[in-house]
Amino acid sequence: MSNTQALAKLPKVETLLAKLVEAMRPHAGPDMALVGIHTGGVWLAEHLHAALGLAIPLGSIDVSFHRDDYSSKGLHRGAKASSIPFPVDGAQIVLVDDVLYTGRTSRAAMNELYDYGRPGRIDLAVLVDRGGRELPICARYCACTLAEPLPATQELVLTRADTQPILSLSLKERRDA
Amino acid sequence: MRNPQLDKQGKLQHLLTTEGLPREILTTILDNAAPFAEVAEREVKKLPLLRGKSVFNLFFENSTRTRTTFEIAAKRLSADVINLNINTSSSAKGETLLDTVDNLVAMHADMFVVRHASSGAPYLIAGHLAATGREHIHVVNAGDGRHAHPTQGLLDMYTIRHYKRDFTQLTVAIVGDILHSRVARSQIHALTTLGVPEVRVIAPKTLLPTGVERLGVRVCHDIQEGLRGVDVVMMLRIQNERMSGALLPSPQEFFKSFGLTPERLAKAKPDAIVMHPGPMNRGVEIDSAVADGSHSVILPQVTFGIAVRMAVMSMLAGG
Repeated sequence: MSNTQALAKLPKVETLLAKLVEAMRPHAGPDMALVGIHTGGVWLAEHLHAALGLAIPLGSIDVSFHRDDYSSKGLHRGAKASSIPFPVDGAQIVLVDDVLYTGRTSRAAMNELYDYGRPGRIDLAVLVDRGGRELPICARYCACTLAEPLPATQELVLTRADTQPILSLSLKERRDA
Repeated sequence: MRNPQLDKQGKLQHLLTTEGLPREILTTILDNAAPFAEVAEREVKKLPLLRGKSVFNLFFENSTRTRTTFEIAAKRLSADVINLNINTSSSAKGETLLDTVDNLVAMHADMFVVRHASSGAPYLIAGHLAATGREHIHVVNAGDGRHAHPTQGLLDMYTIRHYKRDFTQLTVAIVGDILHSRVARSQIHALTTLGVPEVRVIAPKTLLPTGVERLGVRVCHDIQEGLRGVDVVMMLRIQNERMSGALLPSPQEFFKSFGLTPERLAKAKPDAIVMHPGPMNRGVEIDSAVADGSHSVILPQVTFGIAVRMAVMSMLAGG
């Protein structure tokens, strides 16, 4: 079965999100803080935050300033300001991202979090694990793990419709591959 | 001829002037500066982008604000910063500018931040680096003669956008010593490129360069008239050290005719902002009541300057 077929068989984003909510619910409580990684992770984190009824305000992170490809690719265009509206020291943080791939984004996000303080714990929640890890990172909450890793020439991205908050996953050929 | 600030791909290679920089690059610098401003709110105000890079501050002219904010910006980006006080170093012993540069390159400089009394000195350095195959070393102009002070112009644009959002509906007045001001030139080029429909310069005839209208500005010799309905008032410093001959009768006389007082500011829009690049001469170009008043955004300008310089340096140093 090709990966395109595999993707065609992926459940809808709503179904995956519902799975993620159920996986996280037993651990959700007054101490759980969510931080979405720009851009897709923020959309997901907004949904999770509401569905889990979390009290700590939602944070968001842009990893542009901690990317490890800066010296080869330069400053990432369209970087956003990170916003961590709660004290990070001792916090129980779940980083939220759409797709887990090499693990480099998660590494950068953890570095960024440490600029705000020393977290008590950091977990990772993702919609899809596409395989291909290059760092020792794994998600505690993951709605779907692809049976076979996607080839490096392909990019799995979460997109949001312009007018409605409808999320969908799509597979593209990488422009820089 | 290719813009000496851009590389073959059109990417920013040096920052020498706002003149001739495409609007897209100006806007990208302003966009990139916004997230850098947030870094100041963090417990650890440090990013790894320039880790392992050496930034040399080459100030052939005195400066406190500009040199300090460049130094803070480079340090927040984790660069190693070396400040050279040229007045007490080799050029005082007769070394040429390019020999100084070559020696610092031999010490593995990655970026020069240059201030010089002679217009064009940063161009000379950039040209020398290109001619000797060292294009990977970047030059930032921190003020050259009467020519340009691009990071000041850019931080002013950032400040205007922060308070006014949209450039294309604004009337902006630049007041004071336009003749000697590299800041004014960088502001005018940036404002017109960003689409500000009306830029006025307000000054006595003796403090205006000839042909200033060709830069796309309206000239006013009467401050009351010039400030009418403006959204932004950009004050300039009276540059006593650059005055030669009888350009000004006296500082007091200048204040009487062109100083920004609350009464004159009342001609501007009620929500107008007042800017000044510093250092201010209170009672010469600006009244203390205005400098410390509710329209003043002079101190936020300084803070924004760090973020803008961080953005510029990280755009230059990245691959």
